[in-house]
Amino acid sequence: MSGKKLAIIATKGSLDWAYPPLILGSTAAALGYEVEIFCTFYGLQLLRKKMDLKVTSLGNPGMPMPVPMPVLLQALPGMQSMMTMMMKQKMKSKGVASLEELRELCIEAEVKLVACQMTVDLFDFDTSDFIDGIEYGGAATFFEFAGESDITLFV
Amino acid sequence: MADFDQELDASGLNCPLPILRAKKALTALNEGQVLHIIATDPGAVKDFEAFAKQTGNELVESREEGGKFHFLMKKH
Repeated sequence: MSGKKLAIIATKGSLDWAYPPLILGSTAAALGYEVEIFCTFYGLQLLRKKMDLKVTSLGNPGMPMPVPMPVLLQALPGMQSMMTMMMKQKMKSKGVASLEELRELCIEAEVKLVACQMTVDLFDFDTSDFIDGIEYGGAATFFEFAGESDITLFV
Repeated sequence: MADFDQELDASGLNCPLPILRAKKALTALNEGQVLHIIATDPGAVKDFEAFAKQTGNELVESREEGGKFHFLMKKH
């Protein structure tokens, strides 16, 4: 009921893949879990001040398309922006929360957000690129929390 | 429907928003007070059962009426 812990590693930086860590993190916090989301590689996008995440059908044959479309057409300039726009519209019409809203709910619920220092350096990010109140750490930092967690997820 | 102290209309919202909004509303209530939640997300039926089980709040009532789902959640 309480005292449980959830540790999540977020490694993806696309619009669709940003949802699972933020949904599960915010919901677990609402259920009384103590939650940490460790963001590494492209998962760092979840921590940027302006989350401008995109969705793509390229290399993703499982993505339902409104009309069948050859892969080469999907690669045309502007297609990614169009798909992102369509996905966002669809989500809004179905009452799906925006990523910004979910992140805000995570922060309100005191979900601990950790940026992987190594990948912050690797991609030449600056702490000013990220929202305030996050922590910076490495693999050992993750295990400090994950080692005591009841659930650990890699997304 | 039994009495309630506060109402939360989560119609049109999808998972996990009804749960998150309900959690927030319950925080503002006192122990023993009842929150009436209205939702349209069919997934909310199982989710509110699971929420009650895990948080210790009591799901007093769960029913469908006019295409909407109504829940009474008593704060523990």
